[in-house]
Amino acid sequence: MGKVLMKGNEVIAESAVHAGCKYFFGYPITPQSELVAYMARRLPEVGGLFLQAESEVAAINMVYGAASAGVRVMTSSSSPGFSLKQEGISYLAGAQLPAVIVNIARGGPGLGNIQPAQSDYFQVTKGGGHGDYHTPVLAPASLQEIVDLTKDAFDIADRYRTPVILLGDGMLGQMMEPVEFTEGTEIRKFAKPWATTGTLGDGPPRTITSLELDAESLEKRNWDLQQKFAVMKANEIRYETYLTEDADYIMVAFGTVARITMNAVNKAREAGVKVGLIRPISLWPFPEKPFLETRDRVKGYISVEMSAGQMVEDVRLVVEGHAQVDFFGRTGGIVPTQDEIFEKIMMAAGGVTV
Amino acid sequence: MTMKIVFQKTSGLTDKPTHYCPGCTHGVIHRLVAEVLEEMGVLEDTVGVASVGCSVLSYEYFNCDMTQAAHGRAPAVATGVKRVLPDRMVFTYQGDGDLASIGISEVIHAAARGENITVIFVNNAIYGMTGGQMAPTSLIGQKTATTPYGRDVSVHGSPIKVCEMISVLDGAAYIERVSTHDVPHIQKAKKAIRRAFETQKRGGGFSMVEILSTCPTNWGLDPAESLEWVRDNMVPVYPLGVYKNKATGNL
Repeated sequence: MGKVLMKGNEVIAESAVHAGCKYFFGYPITPQSELVAYMARRLPEVGGLFLQAESEVAAINMVYGAASAGVRVMTSSSSPGFSLKQEGISYLAGAQLPAVIVNIARGGPGLGNIQPAQSDYFQVTKGGGHGDYHTPVLAPASLQEIVDLTKDAFDIADRYRTPVILLGDGMLGQMMEPVEFTEGTEIRKFAKPWATTGTLGDGPPRTITSLELDAESLEKRNWDLQQKFAVMKANEIRYETYLTEDADYIMVAFGTVARITMNAVNKAREAGVKVGLIRPISLWPFPEKPFLETRDRVKGYISVEMSAGQMVEDVRLVVEGHAQVDFFGRTGGIVPTQDEIFEKIMMAAGGVTV
Repeated sequence: MTMKIVFQKTSGLTDKPTHYCPGCTHGVIHRLVAEVLEEMGVLEDTVGVASVGCSVLSYEYFNCDMTQAAHGRAPAVATGVKRVLPDRMVFTYQGDGDLASIGISEVIHAAARGENITVIFVNNAIYGMTGGQMAPTSLIGQKTATTPYGRDVSVHGSPIKVCEMISVLDGAAYIERVSTHDVPHIQKAKKAIRRAFETQKRGGGFSMVEILSTCPTNWGLDPAESLEWVRDNMVPVYPLGVYKNKATGNL
């Protein structure tokens, strides 16, 4: 299969189908609605099932039911709808059920608007719902990267029995790029002896629950979850570095903003400034290594985000005061331009504006 | 001398002692559901969905695969299970706070879709687990923790009659309201539960049995008085009977 020109939302949907996802429960919301419509058309072709739920709340709980029955399942939304799914995501995490949840984020808070934003970073990386939990978060920067990361998202979900968030912004969901799907790649199968499928006479009944009324039992369950998170931190960190080896300044950006920032880095290099880029791909677990390796030799980091400053807090946590950490962001659905990021770099590099 | 077994506990229930209060009819209703599943020979093909409230731990008592749902969301969870496993028996077990208040949207839409699941709806006109607050099904004048002067229509509105509401939906296939206040009614309740599961078994669509139940602890009555309270106060507000049976053309 050669390259095809597709919309980001459709690429996520087709990538899920390629990852063996045959069940999708959705609810319309801009700017992710193409994903829902694509699944409605596509899943019957592969013997799967698409169901439009009456709300995001119902959709995430249908996901809970399908996941408990042992299949690969997905739902998607955008920021306000994603907030509604948080209760269900907490239950998925508590009951240790695998599922992939897509957030094509838009401006907030509240109803906000329908322009691209990264202001759900706190929500997706810090747990988001109630209780002590994290969900792995993958943030692709291109449509081709969506293909790989969607597959990874399902594998991580099954391997660790956890909900996984695929985070994009409205720009990623709406833009078109050529992508290539690799046909015939093997779909990893994970045994799910815990699934409640009816015993069919094979062993005792199973229970899926997040309830532990006994405090000591719930504490143990929580430490077990933390242990699982520690294994994820050891195995599932993804990031990319660009021109960081000799850099005096390192930009930090994820998703579509990382691409704009990379252009600004190139322009600053042409202007003689030694600047590089760290692009976290897994936002949780957050990639600490590229910061630990550079924090004692760089002059500073600049986190560039489509928010009022969220990921910058994780950068400060890992830099621990070893270098200056600065921030540049646009919010409300404004996409930062290459030129304004370039100016920010030049100012940091010597107070010079060009 | 050989002994003949004339009665034994249903295999549809585990050996775990229930946590229900003395005089609460949850235990009776659990047994009815379990006996029906056993008698139909479908226990091993069944996935139950527990809800939030007094019956939150029902997954410890039903002897089949069980999934525990968030408050009110059991019909959505059951939808997910049933759509993946259409040949299994899937049921929810929900109280009136769970189903008629926070979960009213999920049960209406599951019925509207004609979701081929069975909903066991236990209505005792109060929130039991949280300590006796008003439910959407509390009666006019009923005193609860949150209606200390009695439920007042001008403030709290009127009781929601779930069977009446659901039965007008085209997707609803079998809807019946029964009671547990005496033995004949308990026997009728079992027959209703059986018909609901049979509806599901033949792919008939959404089935629900609303079962009027007691809450001696939060009503402040003894078990015998509670049964009388159901008979004298609940039944007149919640008339018993089959509200819909597509199979017999009772629409």
